[in-house]
Amino acid sequence: MIRLPSNVYAEIVGHCLRGLPDEACGLLGGDPVSGDVARCYPTRNLAASAKLYTVDPGDHLRADRDAESRGMEIIGVFHSHTHTDAYPSPTDVAQAPDPGWHYVLVSLRDTHPTLRSYRIYGDMVDEESVVVAPR
Amino acid sequence: MSVEVRLPTVLRAHAGGRSAVIAEGGTIGQVLADLVRNYPGMAGQVLTEDGTLHKFVNVYVDDDDVRYLDQLDTKVAPGQTVSILPAVAGG
Repeated sequence: MIRLPSNVYAEIVGHCLRGLPDEACGLLGGDPVSGDVARCYPTRNLAASAKLYTVDPGDHLRADRDAESRGMEIIGVFHSHTHTDAYPSPTDVAQAPDPGWHYVLVSLRDTHPTLRSYRIYGDMVDEESVVVAPR
Repeated sequence: MSVEVRLPTVLRAHAGGRSAVIAEGGTIGQVLADLVRNYPGMAGQVLTEDGTLHKFVNVYVDDDDVRYLDQLDTKVAPGQTVSILPAVAGG
């Protein structure tokens, strides 16, 4: 399970919408044990593509340090799919960096954004529940 | 010369759970080779078989990504910190 405060949920979806027509991405800071997210770190998409994303390494370093200074860790990544389902693509699965992370997908294909979250262990993808909590 | 190397969570299991370790070297290449020598479980995750930097990691000296410096030849000075983070990408 991943728990997103409502302001973080809004930041994720807002960053994804602002990134159109390209995919957008960012990192999530929180508690690795409970899956509680406390902070959203929007990052630049170095790939600048509607089909691929690459988290800017400098943005990642700054997010990692900020999370650590707040007693948190980076516990996941989010990115948008502009024309497909909110489900990890084969590229997402092949390049998933950490089996401990949460992988949040936002589909912008339909009228309303759809947000879902997954755990990825090797080539196995497990959807998890998303709880949007009051801030 | 010793420098602190900060590890991403995915590599900590190979270093007894530690988030940072000490490695020896005057360049990033030497530091990473020493890291892999001390923690063989990281072999193949930091450096490729050809000895180049693995595409799935980003390595920094203080605030700077070594891919924009001299890659493995990037010099490391005493007191500087080397950080390793996963390269985060997908489609």
